[in-house]
Amino acid sequence: MDIQILEGVFDANEKIARENEVLFRENGVLAVNLMASPGAGKTSLVSRTLELLSGEMGIGVIEGDIASSVDAEKIRSYGVPVVQINTGGACHLDAAMIREALVHLDLSSLDLLIIENVGNLVCPAEFNLGEGLRAMILSVAEGHDKPLKYPLMFSQSHVLLVNKVDLLGMSDFDLGTLQETIRRMNPGMVVFEVSCRTGEGLSSWAEWLRKRVAEYRGGATG
Amino acid sequence: MHELGVTESIAGIVLRHAEMNGARRVVKVNIKLGELTGIVDHYVSFYWDLVTKDTIAQGAELNFNKVPVVAYCGKCREEFRIQEYDLTCPRCGELASDIISGREFMVESIEIE
Repeated sequence: MDIQILEGVFDANEKIARENEVLFRENGVLAVNLMASPGAGKTSLVSRTLELLSGEMGIGVIEGDIASSVDAEKIRSYGVPVVQINTGGACHLDAAMIREALVHLDLSSLDLLIIENVGNLVCPAEFNLGEGLRAMILSVAEGHDKPLKYPLMFSQSHVLLVNKVDLLGMSDFDLGTLQETIRRMNPGMVVFEVSCRTGEGLSSWAEWLRKRVAEYRGGATG
Repeated sequence: MHELGVTESIAGIVLRHAEMNGARRVVKVNIKLGELTGIVDHYVSFYWDLVTKDTIAQGAELNFNKVPVVAYCGKCREEFRIQEYDLTCPRCGELASDIISGREFMVESIEIE
């Protein structure tokens, strides 16, 4: 006997993601799902973004790691609310983990919530968290061919930060090739060239993010 | 990379529906899998035996219906299959407005006894 099912494997996650999305909407919090490989500079970017924006808006951070709270300690030193999620081996955050973490945050006091996903270019792209913005980092040391190897994340993200551009002269990384690949794969993607070490390009990123937060809050209240 | 968790989700869906329909045994599971997802069917099949051990789905055949990545060109009003993740329309050279398939991942149907 054949039984029709038509049930998505990620349906359970999608349902919770939509509930998270409603919470973010109601509280006017732009949630940013920040994804990248291990060592690409996620925590550095969060730190730099806090330095540039935490004086003018309410920012919270969720730190996703397989284990340890090293990153959360670092971020906590900026005086913003931080929730650490240890996935206990899982290679990505999912919507239910975010829902649990949100209990520990006062969303009404926030404008921006940065969710640092687990370091991985594959799995996080499959799991919607209910975020308003998907951001990813590619660092120069990883090479310009990564979009073709990890197409899902590069095709689903709204913004790409090419980090460690201070290393460009020491590598074979070709920015032109990367830009052309991105243009063909995800033409709407916004690209910033930054260095979290030297600070290069970060003011443009902060300016852009400031506008996205204002837009999101405008949309949420009006 | 998360094929184990994904396989557990599939088994959960399959067993729930099989039991609802009073199955003694699940013979076959038809899964729709888009080529843009990062899921490797080989590993899902590998974990399947592990995950369904001692259940009524043990030994069921997994059948993957692969869905190609297809985009829509708003200018030509035509669909085209994407190669190498390049959204350029082969006819007019413009970039496609939408990806219309390739992200599917669902349990379509099961065959039970």
